[in-house]
Amino acid sequence: MNIIVCIKQVPDTTEVKIDPVKGTLIRNGVPSIINPDDMNALEEALRIKDNHGAKVTVITMGPPQAENALREALAMGADEAVLITDRAFAGADTLATSRVLAAAVKKFEYDIVFAGRQAIDGDTAQVGPEMAEHLGIPQITYVQKVEVENDGLKVEKALEKGYMVMKTDTPVLLTAIKELNEPRYMSANLIFEAFNKEIQIWDAGKLSLSSDLLGLKGSPTQVRKSVTKELKGKGEVIDMSPKESAEYAVNKLKEKLIV
Amino acid sequence: MDFGLTREQEMIKKMVREFAQNEVKPLAAEIDETEEFPWENVKKMARYGLMGIPFPTKYGGAGGDYLSYILAVEELSKVCATTGVILSAHTSLCCGCIYENGNEDQKMKYLVPLNKGELVGAFALTEPNAGTDASGQQTVAVKDGDEYILNGSKIFITNGATADVFIVFAMTDRSKGVRGITAFIVEKGTKGFSVGKVEEKLGIRASSTAELIFEDCRIPEENLLGAEGKGFGIAMKTLDGGRIGIAAQALGIAEGALEESARYMKERKQFGKPIARNQGMQWMIADMDTKVEAARGLVYKAVWMKANGYRYSMDAARAKLYAAEVAMEITTKAIQIFGGYGYTKEYPVERMFRDAKITEIYEGTSQVQKMVIAAGVLS
Repeated sequence: MNIIVCIKQVPDTTEVKIDPVKGTLIRNGVPSIINPDDMNALEEALRIKDNHGAKVTVITMGPPQAENALREALAMGADEAVLITDRAFAGADTLATSRVLAAAVKKFEYDIVFAGRQAIDGDTAQVGPEMAEHLGIPQITYVQKVEVENDGLKVEKALEKGYMVMKTDTPVLLTAIKELNEPRYMSANLIFEAFNKEIQIWDAGKLSLSSDLLGLKGSPTQVRKSVTKELKGKGEVIDMSPKESAEYAVNKLKEKLIV
Repeated sequence: MDFGLTREQEMIKKMVREFAQNEVKPLAAEIDETEEFPWENVKKMARYGLMGIPFPTKYGGAGGDYLSYILAVEELSKVCATTGVILSAHTSLCCGCIYENGNEDQKMKYLVPLNKGELVGAFALTEPNAGTDASGQQTVAVKDGDEYILNGSKIFITNGATADVFIVFAMTDRSKGVRGITAFIVEKGTKGFSVGKVEEKLGIRASSTAELIFEDCRIPEENLLGAEGKGFGIAMKTLDGGRIGIAAQALGIAEGALEESARYMKERKQFGKPIARNQGMQWMIADMDTKVEAARGLVYKAVWMKANGYRYSMDAARAKLYAAEVAMEITTKAIQIFGGYGYTKEYPVERMFRDAKITEIYEGTSQVQKMVIAAGVLS
C-alpha cells in the first residue's frame, strides 16, 4: 500500500498574532511545528504501515525551512519526503495550494492520501477536499477511525453528534481529526537516520503547472484586511449561591432575548 | 569555537523534552513516593530508541553522538532524576563499558539487546570496604577450568535489583593489587548470584539501589571483559565517562528547579504584586541562572573533549564537581523562593532538593573529583 501524507508547518501557537498593516501572520520568534491535525494523519499512516505494511511518503508545500517539518516526519517513521517549494507559490490561497499538492500527488502511485482536517494558522479545512476534487477521487473528512479491510477501508467520519461508518475503495483522500489517534514521538534512531536521507525538492517546473494557476495569481481569494478581535472586557463575576446565580443568569439571557 | 547544537542534537533535545514532559513528569512524584522502579518509563525509552543513543546501529544503538545522549539525560533529569540516572548508569557504565572493552561476540550477545532496551544494564564496583578506594576489592574470582568462580558482595549498585546484565569487578590475583582486578559480564539468574538488600534512600528513590551477592557463582570465561588484571583500568576509564552522565543529571536537576522557580515567581503574589517584581528575588534567580549556564559549559566541554578523542578525566571531574554543587545550591534556593510551599510535597522542588544530594556522592564523591583535578594541576 502507498500512502501520501500532506503536512503543513505552522507557528506553534493557537493565538497567532496578525500584522495590523500587512494583514499577514507574524511568524518571527514563534517556533514552528507540524500542524496538529496533520500529525494525526501521519500517525494513522504510520500505524497502517506498522500493522499492514505500507510505504509512507510525506509532502509539504512551503518555504525552504519547512524541510525541518519533513525531517521530523521521517524521524517519526515516514519513508520518504518531498518539499515542494518555489517563490512562484507565494501568496497561494487554498485553491492554488491544493492544485500544487494534487499535481505532486499525481506523480506517485497511491492508495490513500491523508491530510489533517485543517491547519491552526488558516483554519479553512479546504485544502484536503479541494485536492480530492483535483485528483478526481472520493474523500472522507473528519475521520476518527480507519480500519484496513481486504477490499478497501472502513472509516468513521465524525459528525456533530455521533459518527457515520463508511466503506470506501481506494484510492481515497481522508482528512484526520485529533480523535483519530495519539501521535507518537520521534525516535532517537530515526532522528539520526532522517538526517542521512535525501529530501527531494520539487519546484513549479517539476509539476508542469501554468504560472497563472500558481501563487497570488492563481488565487481567487485575496485578503483585503484582517483585524484582531478586541477584548470586550472582563465580563461579570457573580458571587451568589448556585440557585441564585442560575436564576440571575437566566434573567440576563431573557433580557438579551437569547432565551 | 561553536556553541550551537547540530540540527540532529536540536531534534533529540526537542524529542526528549516532549517525551519527558508528557510521559515522565506525570509519574515523578508517584515513583518517588512508592520507590517502585519505573518500568513503564524504561519500556517507553526503549521504544523511542533512548536506551542506546551513542552507539552504532550495528550494535542496536541509535547511531547518535555522545552529546545527544547527554542532552537526553539532562532533559529527563529536569523532571525526574530517577529516570535520568537509570538511563545514565545503563548507557555510560554498562553499555559504554562493553562497547569500549568487549569483543565482537560479547557486543553481539549483550550490547545489541541492551542498546535496544530489551535488557537493562548495571555496573558493580563498590563494596562495603571499597568505596572511594575502589582498589580494595574483596570480591574474588578463581579460575576453574573454563569458568571463574565468583565470591563476594557489592553494594549501592544502581539498577541493582532490576538489571539483566552486570559488569562485575573481582580480584583474580590479590598479590598484584590493582593489577589483579578483572571485569566480568554477569547475567541475572546465574546460579549463585542473588540480589540482597534494596536501599531506602533520601532521593532518586525509585532507581533500585541494591546489594549483589555472589556465592560460588560460576561465570563462563568468555564473559571475561578485556583481559585478566585489566579490570581497574576499565573501571576508572568507564567512570570518567559515567561522570559526564551524572554531571548531566545534576545539570538537569538544577535546570528543572530553575524553571520551576521562575514560573512560581511570576505567579506568586505577595504585597499585591508577583514576587518576581522584587529585586532581591531577581538577583537570586539571576545568580541561579548564571551558575546553571556555567555548569552547562563545563558539562558540554567535557562531552566535546571525549567526543573528539582528547583526554577528558579532568574535564569530567570538573563538570561533575561543579554541576553537583550547582544542583545542591539551586534546589536549596528554589525551596527558599517557594517558601513554605517549597518544603512540602505539593511542589516538585522538595524532591529535586533530595535528588540533588546524591550527585555529590556517587560515581566519585566531590572530594574524589578534587583529587583528580588537583592531581592534574600539580602533575
